[in-house]
Amino acid sequence: MAEALQLDGRGRLRHFLTTEGLPRAVLEEILDTAESFLEVTGREVKKVPLLRGKTVANLFFEPSTRTRTTFELAAKRLSADVLNISAATSSATKGETLLDTVRNLEAMHCDMFVVRHAASGAAHFIARHVAPHVAVINGGDGRHAHPTQAMLDAFTIRRVKGRIEGLTIAIVGDILHSRVARSQIHALRTLGAGEVRVVAPGTLLPAAAAEALGVRPCRHLDEGLEGADVVIMLRLQRERMRGALLPSAHEYFQTYGLTEARLARARPDAIVMHPGPINRGVEIESAVADGPRSVILRQVTHGIAVRMAVMSMVLGRGAEEGG
Amino acid sequence: MAAEDGIEAALARMAEALRARLAADAVARPLMVGIHTGGVWVAERLRRLLGLDTPLGTLDISFYRDDFTRIGINPQVRPSRLPFAVDDAYLILVDDVLHTGRTVRAALNELFDYGRPAAVRLAVLVERDGRELPIQPDVVGRHMALAPHQHVKLTGPEPLALTVQEG
Repeated sequence: MAEALQLDGRGRLRHFLTTEGLPRAVLEEILDTAESFLEVTGREVKKVPLLRGKTVANLFFEPSTRTRTTFELAAKRLSADVLNISAATSSATKGETLLDTVRNLEAMHCDMFVVRHAASGAAHFIARHVAPHVAVINGGDGRHAHPTQAMLDAFTIRRVKGRIEGLTIAIVGDILHSRVARSQIHALRTLGAGEVRVVAPGTLLPAAAAEALGVRPCRHLDEGLEGADVVIMLRLQRERMRGALLPSAHEYFQTYGLTEARLARARPDAIVMHPGPINRGVEIESAVADGPRSVILRQVTHGIAVRMAVMSMVLGRGAEEGG
Repeated sequence: MAAEDGIEAALARMAEALRARLAADAVARPLMVGIHTGGVWVAERLRRLLGLDTPLGTLDISFYRDDFTRIGINPQVRPSRLPFAVDDAYLILVDDVLHTGRTVRAALNELFDYGRPAAVRLAVLVERDGRELPIQPDVVGRHMALAPHQHVKLTGPEPLALTVQEG
């Protein structure tokens, strides 16, 4: 049970593996704590001593410069020491198992693992095997979850719109393969979003999947955008096209690309989001990505504050639980 | 149990002592910084009594606590707000109760992450025994002698009241 693994005996965040099943109070605590960390990033000295003496290992078995950088910066702004371990240089290529790698890093007194892995469930697997004082944060696993991305999106919506409750939020793109979308849907629904719509071709959003996630499926972009307060464009994974699940990039843009003209269907004060990096002219046209309604760069800034909040919460559980 | 009242008199004494201190330091427009939560309430009252028109700064020292690994992060942490430049400023740091000195130490560390003030004076509503660090206030509203197991707590903001709790 992810929930049992993620929370300690007193209901506090022990690991952060998925937004699914976490109580609203915990998600709100992440958002509230991130508000204070956002203030820190505006100071002359952008650093607080909270995690001084702690060591964070970024274990990236899948390449991602942006996510790794924001986790690294978040840890450094909390005064932690950071190890960056990428699959290409790790012993994983020499036949060492995932668990061997973790055991070795534990023996080097690492206090936290940020894990990105192509296999769904990799972060859960590590969390089940680490020592009691070690915390695990999922930095994206397979198609499963990307919880810090979802929380930085929720944080951005709350800061820009003033609330999440009651808002109509449209998520556009490859929902089926997107760990970002899954985590967003769970987080936004728990936080009280009014209606979460997902816009995707039928091949990428079976009706049963939409029903299970509690979202409204829309086949057409215009339908999904109608009256939306927030439009979240997902990054298109080009390899899905090779699998014939999607038309060409050009055709995709014709059908699902966000343009100024299409955005007119959303509310006049609607905001546009994207987890990055953007495929310009595929998911979104540059005029929209760089336009006044885009909050894409604010998402990046907020990502550091949200990751600082999660890191401080999972390591700040107190002696009784943490060992 | 309720401590004997007299908060208004204590605040008046603090304002008087601060006026004298400011005159001695030849400072006309000091900047006041309250430590969340009680220190902010006390600072607001002192600003009114002194007629200060400079904005009030507020500090939440949660990220600077030296017992973070033991007690964890405060779930009610609020952003600190210093709506002025700290460099070369004359600051009055205000808290409700001075006990071990660890909160003030954390507040000083945080202030210096905003810049290098010219001077920091410390004003507290209640000074009690039990110091664990070499920190002493410049201005005190009242002194209280309490047993180690007793804690004094300020409730407010309107009205302000002090209560002594056991254990």
